[in-house]
Amino acid sequence: MPHSTERKSADRTSVLAAGALSGKDAIACRGITKRFGTVVANDHIDLTVRYGEVLALLGENGSGKTTLMNMLSGIYHPDEGVILVDGQEAVINSPVDAMNMGIGMIYQHFRLVDVFSAMENIVLGTKEKRLRDKELKEKISEICQSFGLEIQPEKRVYEMSVSEKQTVEILKVLYRGTRILILDEPTAVLTPQETQKLFQILRKMKEQGCAIIIITHKLHEVLEISDRVTILRKGKSIDTVETAGTDEKILTELMVGKAVSLEIDRPPVNHKSPILKVVNLTVKKPDGTKAIDNISFEIRKGEILGVAGVAGSGQKELCEAIAGLMKIDKGAILYEQENIIGKTPAEIIRMGISMSFVPEDRLGMGLVASMDMVENMMLKSYGNGRGPFVDRKPARELANRLVEKLGIVTPGIDTPVRLLSGGNVQKVLLGREIESCPNLLITAYPVRGLDINSSYTIYDLLNEQKKKDVAVIFIGEDLDVLLELSDVIMVLCHGKITGFLDARKASKEQVGLYMTGAFSQEVAQ
Amino acid sequence: MDLLIRFVAAAVAAGTPLLYGTLGEIMTEKAGHLNLGVEGMMSVGACAGFLAGYYTDSFALALLAAFGAAAASALIYGVLTVTLMANQNVTGLTLTIFGIGLSNFIGILALGRSESGTLKLPEGITAQMRGAGIPGLRDIPVAGPLLFSYNAFVYIGIVIAVLLFLYFGRTKSGLNLQAVGHNPGAADAAGIQVTRYKYASILIGGGICGIGGAYCAMIINGGVWVSNNVGGLGWIAVALVIFANWKPLNAIGGSLVFGALRILKFYVPKSVLPLPNAFYDMMPFLITALILVVTSMRKKQNLSLPGNLGNHYFREER
Ligand SMILES: Nc1ncnc2c1ncn2[C@@H]1O[C@H](COP(=O)(O)OP(=O)(O)OP(=O)(O)O)[C@@H](O)[C@H]1O
Ligand SMILES: [Mg+2]
Repeated sequence: MPHSTERKSADRTSVLAAGALSGKDAIACRGITKRFGTVVANDHIDLTVRYGEVLALLGENGSGKTTLMNMLSGIYHPDEGVILVDGQEAVINSPVDAMNMGIGMIYQHFRLVDVFSAMENIVLGTKEKRLRDKELKEKISEICQSFGLEIQPEKRVYEMSVSEKQTVEILKVLYRGTRILILDEPTAVLTPQETQKLFQILRKMKEQGCAIIIITHKLHEVLEISDRVTILRKGKSIDTVETAGTDEKILTELMVGKAVSLEIDRPPVNHKSPILKVVNLTVKKPDGTKAIDNISFEIRKGEILGVAGVAGSGQKELCEAIAGLMKIDKGAILYEQENIIGKTPAEIIRMGISMSFVPEDRLGMGLVASMDMVENMMLKSYGNGRGPFVDRKPARELANRLVEKLGIVTPGIDTPVRLLSGGNVQKVLLGREIESCPNLLITAYPVRGLDINSSYTIYDLLNEQKKKDVAVIFIGEDLDVLLELSDVIMVLCHGKITGFLDARKASKEQVGLYMTGAFSQEVAQ
Repeated sequence: MDLLIRFVAAAVAAGTPLLYGTLGEIMTEKAGHLNLGVEGMMSVGACAGFLAGYYTDSFALALLAAFGAAAASALIYGVLTVTLMANQNVTGLTLTIFGIGLSNFIGILALGRSESGTLKLPEGITAQMRGAGIPGLRDIPVAGPLLFSYNAFVYIGIVIAVLLFLYFGRTKSGLNLQAVGHNPGAADAAGIQVTRYKYASILIGGGICGIGGAYCAMIINGGVWVSNNVGGLGWIAVALVIFANWKPLNAIGGSLVFGALRILKFYVPKSVLPLPNAFYDMMPFLITALILVVTSMRKKQNLSLPGNLGNHYFREER
């Protein structure tokens, strides 16, 4: 039995190499419907992907993209409809079935065994007999070469960066002879450079005749990598368009169902006095190296300070230092003239500083997954009420307000947040932080994984706060957005500040150079 | 010297049931399932092994019965926690209560049917078990009594430990099992039959515990049936798993140490060190607590600890 499957997939690869399948339908979904209780996640969806093409799947948060892909990879089973693989009706009951049909999926949240090495993860669960380490390494490096990947086979997954983990995931599917590759938001956590590397690999796979489905919320990526785009809206497949004949505006309209302005406004700053002053701050990581190295900056009321920098340049430590979550090595943090170093996180919150950090894995970011929205709202506010009993009413009102204001897709405010789609979970978190009426709002990567419409809603919300004289520290990845939204851009590189730029005048290239440390201003202490 | 040899031999004898319990629980926990029913499964194994030995007079059949019956009791746990996704702690505790009760109940029934009013294993099987020290080697001075004088249970236990070590460390299937215990979602996506692995490890783990139970019933009390013959050893085994850091070979040393602690009170004269017996009984647990403190102070990732221990897995859940 295992033998026959192996031979089959080997045949397929050779067929692929000849390019014989190119242009033929790899997968065709016909009228796929999936319900979770009362939620219809997928409503009679049609979708086709061919060999030798990249299909982008586009849709707002909660429109059912992940659900649909999970049915192709055997995680869920459709309630209605048929899936054709290579023109034949297929029943995909488990990931094994999907694998045997040559379908491989890279999930929104990686599925790797942390304590295993890259190599062990790659061969995990394959049916052939155990290879010796040397042979295996050769086989892996062969694949790496033909697709332009880089990997350290012995490295354990928990020591890897996100992008390395993704490489392992890709190798995992390539090793199994995958011809149909599904990637669920692979770029959400990658730096632009890493994204380019990934796209190179995808192009190589496409050349070799693979069919690729990619989910991403970044429209410029859709335009860059895909051949066709299928758009989902509220669980229905709306349209499929050729990428060549479309642009960001058309795609957004199809996705949202109405015209959306992709402009960000920038109200002027009226205040002179700083609300927060950071002086010669140094923070060390647990391993003793400096995460933040002697930085000084200030931010005024009603100002948005954009922080740019390659991931891991000290952004996280900066957030946590201000929020009181991290031990400070040297320096001072003055909030309204008062040094807040040594205060507990609770005291700092009470002073009006709110911090929200969306980590790379996007899980565990200050919400309790098994609690519903109301309870998650109360996590931050239950201390306010008097007496030993909690008052749910304000929290319920807040939850309802957020659902309406941010367009959170949820069956109800009593549904555990873990059941919401990735993007919607994030909206719950951000909404709560913004609604706590802070004077200083620190937000890191707030639009990671958010659809374009929600991203703009978030930008508007930040601007609204700005107009209320709230100071905002905005740590972002997308330089275009940073330049459009912020008043001042502070660039971090290896824990040091390489420059302050006036966002109204600076160019993207300039910021990029400061980010790599190629440029550096003498920063006044 | 002689006293020391006797002490070591006694420690081995006291540690052997612990070794089985620990190995069985390691096997179970490697699949990510915390089974607190070790005490219960050992009791079931004790009863089945003893009675099979009593009626058939065959050591092999006694072992088989102990393994099978305990595995069957583990199946209850498996169905509840794997398929029905019940809470593992509650299910395990219940299994303990159930197992002890069932074992005592059947024991009393059997006692009632026997004419003498006691149950004592027949001569044949006693000889098979006792005489199992390795002839020839047994008589070498010092090394003989230290290494080659034990009953068959001891050697079988060590063989199982070595086999488990090889299985976890050297085989593909062992790697798959550990993947299931660490991250069932990843294992599932990689094409591993998660449910099948979980059941297999729970059943085999339960069976191994059962043999440890048989030791309690058949050896400790000189081949005479008494109620509650496992007497809390199952709980110490659960702690020993942590002490052994989920490694089968460590379990051998660990059970020897804990076995020694259990009998220490008989070897330290009260005139030298006037400590109450309860102090010695407390030691295994105190040491486990200390080990826990030490291991959690080390910052490094613990590779042996199954990362997903205690959580159920349902593919469609998120
Ligand atoms: N296992 C589940 N149980 C209950 N509801 C679910 C489950 N999985 C998905 N849903 C619901 O189905 C809908 C679609 O979710 P899905 O994750 O497919 O969205 P998505 O398009 O991937 O969104 P995002 O871009 O935010 O990742 C959501 O409303 C979600 O709450
Ligand atoms: Mg999704």
